[in-house]
Amino acid sequence: MEATASDNKRSQKKTKSARKLGESRFHGLLYVAPWCIGFLLFTLYPFITSFYLSFTRFNLVTDPKWVGLANYIRLFQDPIFKKSISVLFEYVVMEVPLKIVFSLLIAMILNMKIRGINFFRTAYYIPSILGSNVAIAVLWKFIFQSNGLANQVLAAFGVPPVGWFGEQFPALMTIALLRVWEFGSTMVIFLAGLQSVPGELYEAASVDGCSKIRQFFKITVPLLSPTIFYNLVMQLIMAFQEFNGPYLITSGGPQHGTYLLSMYIYDQTFKSYKMGYAAAMSWILFVIILVFTLLVFRYSKYWVFYNDDGKGNDNA
Amino acid sequence: MLDALVKKQVRKVILYVILIAVSIVMLYPMLWLFGASFKSNADIHSSIWFMPKSFSAEPYRHGWVTGSEYTMGHYFLNTFKMVIPTVIFTIVSSVLTAYGFARFEFPGKKVLFSLLIATMLLPVIILRIPQYVMWGWFRVLDTYTPLVLPHLFASDGVFVFLLIQFFRSIPKDLDEAAKIDGCSRINTLIRILVPVIKPGIVSIGLFSFMWSMNDFIGPLIYISSVKKYPVTIALRMSMDATGNGYDENQIIAMSVISLIPSIIVFALGQKQFVEGLTTGSLKG
Repeated sequence: MEATASDNKRSQKKTKSARKLGESRFHGLLYVAPWCIGFLLFTLYPFITSFYLSFTRFNLVTDPKWVGLANYIRLFQDPIFKKSISVLFEYVVMEVPLKIVFSLLIAMILNMKIRGINFFRTAYYIPSILGSNVAIAVLWKFIFQSNGLANQVLAAFGVPPVGWFGEQFPALMTIALLRVWEFGSTMVIFLAGLQSVPGELYEAASVDGCSKIRQFFKITVPLLSPTIFYNLVMQLIMAFQEFNGPYLITSGGPQHGTYLLSMYIYDQTFKSYKMGYAAAMSWILFVIILVFTLLVFRYSKYWVFYNDDGKGNDNA
Repeated sequence: MLDALVKKQVRKVILYVILIAVSIVMLYPMLWLFGASFKSNADIHSSIWFMPKSFSAEPYRHGWVTGSEYTMGHYFLNTFKMVIPTVIFTIVSSVLTAYGFARFEFPGKKVLFSLLIATMLLPVIILRIPQYVMWGWFRVLDTYTPLVLPHLFASDGVFVFLLIQFFRSIPKDLDEAAKIDGCSRINTLIRILVPVIKPGIVSIGLFSFMWSMNDFIGPLIYISSVKKYPVTIALRMSMDATGNGYDENQIIAMSVISLIPSIIVFALGQKQFVEGLTTGSLKG
């Protein structure tokens, strides 16, 4: 007994001395300092500067020259910019819902206590992990060539060959298909979400004679809504910035048919050195993404359902 | 009763058919790429079957020396000059930052944390031009510095966020106990907490390896001399040079070579990849 008491005392003393040696209120800042410096230098400063540059004419060699709204006004008269934007919307509308729905569907199948789930999950996950590799773009180019795998498979079903890169829609489709093919990580996130939905709910619903479709809309969707929401926001942000696909696979063609905005920005920046003009475009893109993100956030109020443990996000 | 059983079986069969069909769509293209890398150029488009009629190592021999003045070995070395410091910097800086956010109270913490989350949603495209101009001032264009250095400052908010989740799952009593034993805060982190969050650290290490290894637009913007090209850009260069139809198998072989490190890393860290993805994104 005595020993414990003295131990206690000693430890109390130590705690006190530790506190005295102490940690100032600012100690934690020391640890986050590198991130703070990085944030100021590599995020905040460029963010503000790009806004400023969008009101200037700047070619990297001479100093930026203030031109007011000229860049923005020119943008709305620029046929390539308009084309770029409309292609971008077409792409996003095609890719994002397709990927989300497909990922969710496969995740739901995998969640049905299926044997071999690990194999399937891995098989589906690999493309999304390797996804941004240039080799995958090479592969895609080969698949959709006129004499490539895609047309050969179609021929096996008696479908005449498609000129994938010859027209806007199929060309855009190849890029969207590549990203949908890389649905693995979205699916893994859905799967984790689904696994946290208690199975008893479905059993109870079945007993009550609730149809599968009703179960999906009344149980799965509400309980999965935070996950759907997360995936939707992330996929939108990524899709609006898509660059590798058009750059590597279609080179933006045919006739700017896949010339997504990020590619136009890249060309204006690093080929034409019209930095001010490119900055203005990137701000338009930023505002578009922001509006979409905010819309999703806003409407998520009506459909995102956090259960009690999910709600404990003191960080939000 | 029997009817329901049959129905259940039929449903199961349908599900498996779907899953297997999707697996084929997912894996066959890669299998085809692998097979085509041993085919002759004439053989590549002759059938959809991936197995080559005769195996030839020729595409690999050509692929390895590439069409340029350097070999794939050289480009791989460049890639690793970029990837290895990136991974190390990312791990160290993300652990420190996450520790700060997860275990300390300090003025302005709420604001800083919100900013951290905001950076995860910020489209990076908007930062590219000023960043490029800035690296130009520092006279480090055409070096790996712009691609590597930011990682020293925990530039990937996602990783910090993921580690914060890991830290939060450890009871604070552990820190208290260490403190009582006279362990300083930094020692507590290194000796006690790091071993516990090791799975998280492995996860971010793997992801940062993969991202940096496969990064395309970064080196495309910053690296201009062929001598310093990483594998991704070298591959893209050969893709352009090969152009229409000639020496296709060489570029395919190069593609396969370029995928090997990523595939090995994925095979080794499969579990961590899945865990990292689900922890980082969901428990927010």
